[in-house]
Amino acid sequence: MSDQSTQAPHTVARVPRNPAANEEAYLEVTDLQVQFPTADGLVRAVQGLSYSVPLRRTLAIVGESGSGKSVSSMAVMGLHDRKVARISGSIKVGGREIVNMSDKELEGYRGGDAAMIFQDPQSSLHPYFTIGDQITESYRAHNNVSKRKAKDRAIEMLGRVGIPNPRRRVDQYPHEFSGGMRQRAMIAMALVNDPKLLIADEPTTALDVTVQAQILDLISDLQRDFGSAVVFITHDLGVVAEIADDILVMYAGTAVEHGPVNKILGEPLHPYAWGLLESIPALTGEPQPLHPIPGSPPSLLAVPTGCPFHPRCEFKDRVPGDLCTTLKPDLIPRTADLGRTSRCHLKEPDQVFQTEILPRLP
Amino acid sequence: MLLYILKRVLSAISVVIVTLVASFALFFLAPTDPAGVICGPRCTPERLADIEDSLNLDEPAVSQIASYMKGIVVGREYNTGGTVRECSAPCLGYSYTLGQPVTKLLAAALPVTVSIVVGGAVVYLLVGILTGTIAAQVRGTSLDKLVVGSTLIVQSIPYFVFALLVALYATFLPDSGYHPFLDNPLTWASGLLAAWLCVGLTNAAAYTRYSRASMIEALGQDFVRTAASKGISRRRVVYRHGLRAGLTPVVTIFGIDLAFQLTGAIFTESIFNLPGLGQLTLRAFGQYDLPVLMGGVLVGSVVLVVMNLVVDIAYTFLDPRVRLG
Repeated sequence: MSDQSTQAPHTVARVPRNPAANEEAYLEVTDLQVQFPTADGLVRAVQGLSYSVPLRRTLAIVGESGSGKSVSSMAVMGLHDRKVARISGSIKVGGREIVNMSDKELEGYRGGDAAMIFQDPQSSLHPYFTIGDQITESYRAHNNVSKRKAKDRAIEMLGRVGIPNPRRRVDQYPHEFSGGMRQRAMIAMALVNDPKLLIADEPTTALDVTVQAQILDLISDLQRDFGSAVVFITHDLGVVAEIADDILVMYAGTAVEHGPVNKILGEPLHPYAWGLLESIPALTGEPQPLHPIPGSPPSLLAVPTGCPFHPRCEFKDRVPGDLCTTLKPDLIPRTADLGRTSRCHLKEPDQVFQTEILPRLP
Repeated sequence: MLLYILKRVLSAISVVIVTLVASFALFFLAPTDPAGVICGPRCTPERLADIEDSLNLDEPAVSQIASYMKGIVVGREYNTGGTVRECSAPCLGYSYTLGQPVTKLLAAALPVTVSIVVGGAVVYLLVGILTGTIAAQVRGTSLDKLVVGSTLIVQSIPYFVFALLVALYATFLPDSGYHPFLDNPLTWASGLLAAWLCVGLTNAAAYTRYSRASMIEALGQDFVRTAASKGISRRRVVYRHGLRAGLTPVVTIFGIDLAFQLTGAIFTESIFNLPGLGQLTLRAFGQYDLPVLMGGVLVGSVVLVVMNLVVDIAYTFLDPRVRLG
């Protein structure tokens, strides 16, 4: 984050911490669809999402509320009630298929190979059980150990995530912890079984800024030590620049842009990603009016035909014919760089960005 | 905590005293005539005066309540027809019509009422919470609608009608009547079975609805989702994490309900012929039997304030965030 004070986020020159993504994927999501039948109709929360994350890498999923980022991650954790949600496609974790897994197998998978850190530690920890109780429950669900051993493990984990005096803290209730400490305890709980896949759903949103930085550092450190694959859900581009290797930008239940973090933040190719960058307030120079993206995200009950972003897109006139309103673009490479894909009909989006968007950015 | 309990007990005692004084005042404000009732239709003025004298009814109401209070704390003496009867503390006086000490009458009636109410509570808590929890898990299905519908039907029937129907048509149940528990627990239970089912099933409807609503809320909480993400069984998620949170509000309602049922089991006692507190006070009411009425009021107010205190203290054990002080 140190170079951010002198450079705008879109030009963050970030040295990737990890080698390039030609390793074998640990998490592989292919054509994932999540739908909820409701009284008002079918809610298409996730429509054909595909991505993969190898061990030791972090993928940030970015998007507005209702873009499907949390719903898709809940599906990866197998947390959807299958009486309510219709899930199709494929989710492979360490070679195992999660979609259509039996309830019994899912229990062994959840919290073991894959664990999740939730958004608001205040409401995500049970108010009536001690921190130690909640961590040991997780540990004992996957390891056949005595209560005493499990408690030792809980104390060890609390110390590991930087909670001072863990031997005393382990018997306290969540309300006796501060917000940041609660999130640390939550992380300790998620990591107690050494999961190879960690999903963090906006883990810093409910925390104040100084604590946010500490928690991000903690997650990065732990990821390095545990060697896990991390999916990091956020809508904070500053957090993305800090922690991610790759970015997946989601809009209306689909991925609209996918690629390495420095490329996407440095030169995004999708008008929605441009809008995201333009809506970041400038902290230096003359105060400028903000440029929010016009309109609001579409209802997932009635997703627009063609490109789901076209009603809000200022570039749709540049595309010949009515391609934008009739044909949903594919998520494919749009420039010479094959490592990044985007879902937009616009020709030479890199040129458009360099000549029209970049000068407008603060 | 101890200081808190002490404060609460002191305020509880003042509530009970105010209730007693108010009941006394109401009794004398109303056109009551206890001596006339005892004396009967062919009553001479001399005999009436005699009775009034022996019951101390000729004294001013203020001095009567003073001696009543004194009797509770240190005991008092009664002067009837030349003989002196010692009534040791806590003395609640003698029944005008039955001639027995009120403490003895209450001691006989209280176990009956407690047996009815506690046995009924076991039935409605078990049935209500279990059905409510199951209904919450299958919310929106036809089973859930069936449960909600039947609770509505049961709750729409006036309680005394329900109790009468049970008494008249559920003849396969053992005859009801009260037999002390210590004599023979089996006959005790069989004599109370009809009353328990009656109290239990009618209240189970309400408790099904409370627990269903409470569980639906609890199961939607973030911490239940966290529990599910740990990889523990669905049963454990629902019954350990969900029920623990969902039951807390139900416990509050239960404490207050229990107090009201202890003081208001009149219908059940009358219909199933069980000589409990309700029957005792109802009879006293018709005969202007002031000491028995006052005894009923005393027990009722004590039960209410004690149950309130118990609920508050229970809350600190149920919810670690609550601290008394």
